[in-house]
This record gives sequence, C-alpha cells and structure tokens, in this order.
Amino acid sequence: MKRVFLRALLVGLLAALLLSSGCARKPKVQRGDIEQSALATYVAPGDLDEYYLFYSGGQSGNIYVAGVPSLRHIATIPVFSPYPGNGYGFDKETKAMLGGYTWGDVHHPSMSETAGDYDGRWLFVNDNANNRVARVDLRDFKTKEILGPIPNISGNHGSSFVTPNTEYVLSASRFSIPLPKSTYKPIDQYATQYHGVVSGVAVDSKTGHLSLGWQILMPPFDFDLGSAGKLVSEGWAFWTSYNTERAIGKLEVTSTQKDRDYIAAVNWKAADGAIKAGKFKTLDGAKMIDPRDAPGVVYLVPCSKSPHGVDVTPDGKYFVCSGKLMGITTVFNFDKLQQAIQAKNFTGEEDGIPVVNYDAVKEAEVNVGLGPLHTQFDDKGYAYTSLFVESAVVKWKLGTWEVLDKVPVSYNIGHLSVPGGDTVHPEGKYVLALNKLSHGRHISVGPSQPESSQLIDITGEKMKLLSDAFTEPEPHYAQMIRADRLKPIEVYPQGENKNPNAIWDVKDAKVERNGNNVVVHMTAVRSSFTPTSFDVNQGDHVTIYLTNIEQTTDELHGFGLEEYNLQIVIDPGETKTIEFVANKPGVFAYYCTNFCSALHQEMQGYLLVKPKGGAVSAGMSHLPHTRRTQMAKLGLE
Amino acid sequence: MSGQTAVLTAVGPAVESFLVKEARFFDRPLGLGSRISILAATVLLLPAFFFPLYTMTLYSNQFPDGLNLYIHAGTLKGGQSAARDDLREINSLNHYIGMHPLQEADFTEFQWIPLMLGFFVILNLRSVVVGKMSALVDTLVLFGWFGLFALWHFYDRLYTYGHNLDPTAAVKVKPFTPPMFGSQQMANFTVFNYPGIGTYAMVGFAILLALAILLSARQKRAFGPS
Repeated sequence: MKRVFLRALLVGLLAALLLSSGCARKPKVQRGDIEQSALATYVAPGDLDEYYLFYSGGQSGNIYVAGVPSLRHIATIPVFSPYPGNGYGFDKETKAMLGGYTWGDVHHPSMSETAGDYDGRWLFVNDNANNRVARVDLRDFKTKEILGPIPNISGNHGSSFVTPNTEYVLSASRFSIPLPKSTYKPIDQYATQYHGVVSGVAVDSKTGHLSLGWQILMPPFDFDLGSAGKLVSEGWAFWTSYNTERAIGKLEVTSTQKDRDYIAAVNWKAADGAIKAGKFKTLDGAKMIDPRDAPGVVYLVPCSKSPHGVDVTPDGKYFVCSGKLMGITTVFNFDKLQQAIQAKNFTGEEDGIPVVNYDAVKEAEVNVGLGPLHTQFDDKGYAYTSLFVESAVVKWKLGTWEVLDKVPVSYNIGHLSVPGGDTVHPEGKYVLALNKLSHGRHISVGPSQPESSQLIDITGEKMKLLSDAFTEPEPHYAQMIRADRLKPIEVYPQGENKNPNAIWDVKDAKVERNGNNVVVHMTAVRSSFTPTSFDVNQGDHVTIYLTNIEQTTDELHGFGLEEYNLQIVIDPGETKTIEFVANKPGVFAYYCTNFCSALHQEMQGYLLVKPKGGAVSAGMSHLPHTRRTQMAKLGLE
Repeated sequence: MSGQTAVLTAVGPAVESFLVKEARFFDRPLGLGSRISILAATVLLLPAFFFPLYTMTLYSNQFPDGLNLYIHAGTLKGGQSAARDDLREINSLNHYIGMHPLQEADFTEFQWIPLMLGFFVILNLRSVVVGKMSALVDTLVLFGWFGLFALWHFYDRLYTYGHNLDPTAAVKVKPFTPPMFGSQQMANFTVFNYPGIGTYAMVGFAILLALAILLSARQKRAFGPS
C-alpha cells in the first residue's frame, strides 16, 4: 500500500518536473520593473562589480569567477583538469599536482573562514570523481595544492565545507565501498562489508597546507552535503545521507523506500580527542575512528527522505535539512540535540551509532514546496530554500517558520548562494539561483544546453528576479564575497620568486648539456624569448626553465611548442619548468601564445632537433639583431 | 690727448668711488635678518635631497594613471605599485624605439649633485658664521652657476636619450627632445615633464639668499664701526 502511494508521489513529482521545465513561462513584466532591474545589474564600462562570485565548474574541473551583479564571467581557475588557456597542467609543477588525472568533478567551493566569516585567504574545492580536495590561493587566484585521491573516501561529494576557523575541510564518501581501497567484496555483501566514511581534512592555519585529519567509519550509506556548526554549535559537523536502506541496484527505487534518512552529526572536537587518545586504527595511512570504540563522536538524526544537504543558520542554533522527496524542510534545534544526547533519548542504532529521537530534536517542519534542496540565509532572519521540482526559490522566516514569498526560476534550481550565506554574517542583498536547465531562455545552441544562473534581489519584502546568465557545465555551489575583501596581486614580485632556476636578465639565458639532458634557462619579455633558438639531439631529455621577467600587470607570455603538445603561460615574474623528450626530429617553432605586444607575432624561436646519428652540441645557433639580444649574445658567446 | 685726460680725471674719481663703495659693500657685515634668511635658505635646501628634482609622467590609454619617473638629486626612481614597476616598464617600452635603457649607473649626476648641495649647505653656514656680505654673494653666484649648469646638463641628457636611438630598433621614430617644462605627444603616450619639489626648493634657496643680500644692503651699519 505504502509502495503504491510512493509510486504515485513519484509520478506526481515527475509530472511536476516536466510541467515546470516543459513550458516556458513568461510572466508579464512591467516596463518600469525592467528598467529598475537593468539599472540594478548594469555595470557601466570601466565600473567594477560589487561582489566576486566563485562558482564550481562541475565536470569541467574548473572554478569560474564572475562579477555580481553583472554576472559577467571574468576568469577561469583550472583546478582538476588541464586548461591550455592558462597553460595549466602542461608545466612540470602543475602536471605533478594533477597526478595524471585529466578531469575532476568540481562541486562545492568553500571560502576559508576566521571566526565563522570568510577571510578571503583560500578557496577549497572538492573533486567528486577522483576523491580529491584542492586549495586555491586567493592572493593570486591559482590552484596551489591538490590532496588525494584521499584514502578510504569514495565519491568525495560531501565536501569541501570548512569549520569556522578553517581547522578542517569536510570530506565524505558518497559511494560506499569495501575498505581499504583495492579490496574486493561481492556486491551482495554491500550492507555489511561496504563502508561509508566521513572525514575532516586538516588545514595548516598559516600555510593552508592540506593533510589527512580524522576519518570515521560509517555504515554503507551514501553521504551527501555537509555543513559545519558555528557559534553555539561550533565543534560539530553535519552531513546528510541517503540510501540508509543500504540498498544496491537501481537506487532510484531501492534507496527511496524508508520514510526517513539520516543526518550524521559529528562532534569533531571529540574526534580530535579520540585521535589524541589513540582510539583509531590506521587504514591506508589514514586515522580511522570506529564509532564503537569512541562513543560520543557521531550520532544519527532522522530527517525527511533522500535529503541533499544540511545547512546551519548564521547563529548556529539550528540546522536545516530538506528531503527532496517530501515537500518540507525540517529545522533541527542544536540545543535539543545536546539534550537528547545527554538524556540518551535514542530510538535505535546503526552499526553502533546511536539514532537520536527525531521528535526530540525537531524544531519545525516548514512547508516550503516541492523538491527542496539547499538553504541559504540573510542578515535579517530569513532563509531561502531552492525547490528543484517546483523550479523556485522560497523565502521563509526563522523563528516563526512561515513561508513568505516564492519566485519561479528557469529551470530546476540546484544550489543557491547569498553573499556570506553560509557564514555568521550573511549579506542579504542577492541570492543567486544556480539552475540545471536553461532551454528557451537563450538563443539556441543545439542539443548541448548550458546551465543558467539567475540573480534575485532579496532586499525587499518580495524577491525580485533581476537577470539571467548562462554558465558552463556545471555550477553546483558558489561563494560570493564582497569585492573589497580580496586584494589579489597582479604581478609576482621578483623578490618573491625563490625558484633557483629563475633568471632575470637576458644575459643570463643559457643552454647547457649534460649527457642526454639539455637544460635551458630562458627568458620571456616583450617581445622575444632568449635564446631564440637551440639545438638538441633526437631523444634528448629537455628541461626549459622559463621566466617571464616582466613586472607589469597584464604582461603575460605564452610558450607554445609546435607538435610537441606543449602550451605554457607565464605570468609577470613567474618561472615555470617545461620538460619533454625531443623524440621528433626536425625544426619546431616555439612562439608566444598569449598576445603581449605590438611585436607579439615576432615573439618566436626554433627548437632544432637533430635526427639520431648526428653529433650536435647544444648551443644557440641563431643570433637576432636587437640591442637586447645583442646583450644576450655577449653573455652567451 | 687732453680730451682723454679730461675724461679720465672726470671718470677716475667716479670709478674709484664706485669701487670703494663696492668694497665697502662686500665688507658689509650681515644683519640678524640676513642671517635668519640664510639659515632659512639652508633648511629649504634640505627637501632637494629627498624630493624629486624632476617628475616625468607618461599617460596613455593603457596607463590612465600614468607611468611615473622621478629624478632625484641622487637617484632615479620609477613609480612603484604591487602591479607595476614603472621604471622597468618605461625601459621595456623604450626598447622598441631603441632608446638606451635608463639605469642609475649611467648618471654621474647622482654623485655630484648631492655633493654640490652639501657644499652649498656648508657655504651657507660659513656665511652665517663669517657674517660678511662677500661670503653671501659668493654663495649665490656659485649657486646660480651650479643651477644653470645643472639645467643645461639635464637638457643635454634629454637630448642625448632622444637622439641616440639604436638604428636597429623595431620602431623608427624621429629623434626628439622631451620638454623641460610642459608636455609632448610621443606615439600613443602624452609625456608631461615638470620640475619637482626639489627644484622648487632650490629656487626658494636662491630667492632667500637674494633676500638676505637685500636685507643687509639696506641696513645702516648695525654691526661694527663705520
């Protein structure tokens, strides 16, 4: 009977989905409204946006940077995928960081925090596919570190949310597997022999360096998005889970049978304590806590079924969870959770983890609408929840729990983002709807449709849709920070370049041979490379240390090498290492790929690869005529 | 003959009287006002050690805030910001027209200008102590010579940099001399060249010395016997 009801509900939801996405609704808009919205989002030539928007690029492996309110895409930060545009993944340093992977699934960018507020130092982001976490430095908007694949974590989706002082970046398994990795267990042993893991990746507070922190062995649920407690709930971390049925097969059906799934509530300070007390086993190099050995570290809180995330209110008093398949958002009271734990008000357990009494912890159930997913907060006590099925953003009030307003979006919203919307001090000016479908809202681009993002004004009583923008696959979550909070550098100061192979004068350029290794110290400056050519023997291992000796903003140079599949970009003051084996004989041009100056086209040189058999010593064979390179000649000949 | 003698006898006493008057003038002691004025001039010279003597600013569409070059008594400085090193940038751009890079080591001025300024500080202190008009006049005359020489030298520098262009340069421009005072259009740049605080301080120095002379020229023997 219950099964039939659920089927009916599913069909109903499907119909709603089809209806909401199928018909392009064009609400009647007043001319005055259009003008107001246009003025609110227009950034005049030469003017600057008010906020940075960092949004995930999903399976592209990138993070995209846009300005708000214009929603103009400004830059791409490659993280988990090679990106020839910036030469990322072609030089030795970034290649090593990528570790051979050519893609990643970027999901949830998270800004580093101090006292629960964005501090603008780093941006962390997770790779759902290859179980990694990366750190982007917001001083230069560059990926600085990639940790992973993280041991024991499989499907790192519930990541990379940070604790209020960036002690940890959260990480969790979406796809439970037998542990450690490389273990085989038949799929029919899923319920008992497979495991989920929730984890904290430790962040060095000075350098941002990422390392394995604690891991907790969990039942084979699918762990989903998380959120860190703050203020009163500081020291706790929450994740939702689905498939608490421990089912296999078509999860669409098998994992949606129970009315409730769980929030995993982790006392990470207690986890820290358990590690210090030695209550862990080392599993594949990670410190794994078994909850049976360390009571008090983790609890399960029932929530409405198939949730996709949990969000903590700015005051830290409540944690909010929406079950996709029920039209309600549930608000839980952190104090009540503590009381229930004290009173051992439990209704069961899962693999030794107590299940807390739902009724004892629940504060309110808010009837938000169909397919609620994620919630963000503003500074006036309102919450904004995305409704995937209904394709809308709903506004409701904390405390009274009443639903106040709803605005349709186009279409099928996933995440949403308010500036500082996950911190202790949100700025309730905009909410950005990150939608999955966009058809009919833009001139058609064929079957591969982009996603859409929509900016909504939330300063008034009623939310107001301001503008549409279209985004590359695929924005999951985003972080918005006031522009004046970031102070990026635009030039790498010469004094900071500690690369021992950097050279700063064209006179210091040189080509040296040691056996089969040819080492080139090369400069790039408007509008020439030095040396302008060099000889090697086929089969030589070539290393080029390339320094852009410019100290002027925007004077980037590229280094493309024909038919050797190499494309490097060096920013002003930067040194990169290019390594390759010269296995193709012949003459190959290298040239500046990043337009730099009036004589950019002339910025070129030749790699001469002498076929095997001929004896050739490495050296410069061609001397150019400008004063600059004459100086180089003096130093080199 | 007699005419000549007549002229001599007529002019002779006048010349003699003039020379005697001038000798008295140069012997004249300096009054308190003059000495204060000399001290003030000395203090006014100090900024010339620290502030630019000349400021050159190059504006273009790409550099709306202008590339700045500051010529100090003892050094050459470019505008510095986190995103730009103006001296390096100016040299980068100048290499396209084959201009010799501006580098401090090429300028002997940076040794002798501060030395001369120090010299004038000492001469001034000497005037105050010696307290004689002649010392003061010597200083002003020497300073005038120094000032004119420095200006001529600066002009020569501008001329040389603008005319000694590398014939192999990528962009051929007509030899030019940047203005000493004012602006000039060079390709996509508008170049403004104006004296800086240091130069104005030196002008002030000369004016205060002149004032010191005037003050004691009018003075009726306040010090010493007639």
